[in-house]
Amino acid sequence: MKKTSLSAAAVLAVFAAGAAIAQSGRDYIAVVGSSTVYPFATVVAEQFGKSTRFKTPKIESTGSGGGLKLFCAGVGVQHPDITNASRRIKQSEVDTCAKNGVNDVIEVKIGYDGIAIANSKKASEMALTLRDVFLALAEEVPDPNGGEKLVANPYKTWKDVNPQLPARKIEVLGPPPTSGTRDAFAELAMEGGCKTFDWIKAMKKSNKREYKRICHTVREDGAYVEAGENDNLIVQKLDANPDAFGIFGFSFLDQNTDKMRGAAVGGVRPEFESIADGDYPISRALYFYVKKAHADVIPGMKEFLAEFTSEKAWGDEGYLADKGMIPMPKKERQKFASDAKNLTPLKL
Amino acid sequence: MNRPATGQSQAGKKPPNSMEMVRASLPKRYAREKRFQWYGRVAIGMALLFLSLLFISIVGNGYTAFQQTYVKLDVYFDPDRIDPSGDRAPDALSAGDYGGVVKQTLRNMFPEVRGRRDKRTLYGLVSTGADFKLREMVLADPSLIGETATLWVPADDDVDMLMKGHIDRSLPEEDRRLKDKQLAWIDRLVDEGRVEKRFNTTFFTAGDSREPELAGIWGAAVGSMFTLAVTLLLSFPLGVATAVYLEEFAPKNRWTDLIEVNINNLAAVPSIVFGLLGLAVFINFFGLPRSAPVVGGLVLTLMTLPTIIIASRAALKSVPPSIREAALGVGASKMQAIFHHILPLAMPGMLTGTIIGMAQALGETAPLLMIGMVAFIVDIPGGVTEPATVLPVQIYLWADSPERAFVERTSAAIMVLLAFLITMNALAVILRKRFERRW
Repeated sequence: MKKTSLSAAAVLAVFAAGAAIAQSGRDYIAVVGSSTVYPFATVVAEQFGKSTRFKTPKIESTGSGGGLKLFCAGVGVQHPDITNASRRIKQSEVDTCAKNGVNDVIEVKIGYDGIAIANSKKASEMALTLRDVFLALAEEVPDPNGGEKLVANPYKTWKDVNPQLPARKIEVLGPPPTSGTRDAFAELAMEGGCKTFDWIKAMKKSNKREYKRICHTVREDGAYVEAGENDNLIVQKLDANPDAFGIFGFSFLDQNTDKMRGAAVGGVRPEFESIADGDYPISRALYFYVKKAHADVIPGMKEFLAEFTSEKAWGDEGYLADKGMIPMPKKERQKFASDAKNLTPLKL
Repeated sequence: MNRPATGQSQAGKKPPNSMEMVRASLPKRYAREKRFQWYGRVAIGMALLFLSLLFISIVGNGYTAFQQTYVKLDVYFDPDRIDPSGDRAPDALSAGDYGGVVKQTLRNMFPEVRGRRDKRTLYGLVSTGADFKLREMVLADPSLIGETATLWVPADDDVDMLMKGHIDRSLPEEDRRLKDKQLAWIDRLVDEGRVEKRFNTTFFTAGDSREPELAGIWGAAVGSMFTLAVTLLLSFPLGVATAVYLEEFAPKNRWTDLIEVNINNLAAVPSIVFGLLGLAVFINFFGLPRSAPVVGGLVLTLMTLPTIIIASRAALKSVPPSIREAALGVGASKMQAIFHHILPLAMPGMLTGTIIGMAQALGETAPLLMIGMVAFIVDIPGGVTEPATVLPVQIYLWADSPERAFVERTSAAIMVLLAFLITMNALAVILRKRFERRW
């Protein structure tokens, strides 16, 4: 049984070596988090890796929530140094972090991302309002016959929703509930349309839970199709089915302008300038969070932050803008750049 | 010939009748056999059709990725930009403004381009990889500074797509990634013979990148090799030892039955379960690093072990008992009989099983998702504890990238993976043909 003892020894050796390396430190930055920030963070990482003597940071796409969970698990080289998020960190997550010894967290807002409601160029253009979006996609809508009462969504075509729209079947491909894009869509687009009904808006104060349920629940009768996290797939499906609409990040629309057209929402088209000015209603901020305790331990942390917050990266004409990220106004950029430089901890 | 045996015994009673019955039923039986053969042929035809559809779509999408558009530039290595201090220190050279050098070169080629916006679109013709290329050249040979050199640098992915015919010039300007001005510049460069499609060596030598023209499969291939090496080193000896013990030494009782049932069951467990197990045990409990080939290899070992054990036991079983008995008969110990006679004869079958298990492991993605091997990793991994991805994960990551040029690279990566898989399976077939003995 020489072989068994040999392989047992091999297994032990592997564990010992792995654990030794895990304890002896890590010479690259480990980043986790949002799949929306991933395309931008990876560009910065690559630039950083190729233009400095440090190793290229490793970036995992785990989703905003998953990233914060890993990030807040503790301090030490086996835990990630930075997490990306397509929403702000929650109080509950700050508490978890603090409980695990992650006390000082630096928040850096990097820019904005628009969420486009787009369809194929083969179909005619449509101008929507937030109210149309809500009525077309909510599980329950106010009774079309009037009164302060909810009924199961009866609308089958866009014309039913709003007589000015074409009589095309409502068919929307979008991200699943686990996605940060979906959260932002529910919060900005659905809720935005929902609160145009005064009696529902009044509910926000009296019955917040019910208000949220009405405004954020997406219908499940086939009009909204969960198309997975793969935005490329949605683009391909829209190309094949001109009647359908898709919901995805602006960067994908930007790369596919020959095939896709973003619908104007509230009279504003999803374009670089309109999102940057804040005119386009469905846009959200992107962040990353840094563990202060790691800043001096992991080589290259400060330099990586400097690269990310430099004008050539996130500036108006930086390489992140080329990839479809919408830059922040100059003043905001200065504030977050100095936060990153001085490692100013976040206070919620 | 075709007369059934019962026909003879009944021949005395009503010979014409039974013969006729048989005769009458014959065409029907032949027809049934024919039909059945046709079902089989149709099934094979369908399978081949789908397979060829798959191959045609992958190859059709991907073959262009093996070429990459390059642009010829006459670069002046400006000492003021590269090494303002003039002391040629490596750190200073590394921090030089190579992007500025490339931009100056482009401005010299198109002196008529004015205005900030136009200049920006002009710079977009050449990949950011050009800066890195210049840096590498200068670091390797600082005497280049102050010289002018003609070199080919990769074009931007949009230019590459245009040269490969993936961008439709007839579309209105705002619907195109490349504007009219850029098309005019590119056409001028083509006329001057400064644009060329070349074999895409970057694709086979580089790690991942967010710029399609700089992205390569080598990092993922090395990651796959490290992962498979760990898997092979652990699963082959463990699998063979388990098979030998269970087949040759273990007593037949309830415990060994239980173990056998469990091994057979494990072979059918969905691979993602092994990923979850790996996350809980290897990473969270043993503290092994995330995204490392060593963890990937351990997880895939768990996954391939049942395959190897089952194949090895079948190979041991197929060695005729006469060989074992003859060895024992001339005085060999049980151990000698096994190691000198049975194991060598069973080895080709075991290796075939192992190679097929390895091929399975090479194509596996799901368990690796759980242990963080789905990550953006640019540097080529240098060991089993450094972060790495594997080929199928690289395909998954590229398929999800917004840039259009990644579509063809995804298909090209699939071709590379398929080539590896076909090689491994062919190796298994050759081993079997060469060394397997039939009794």
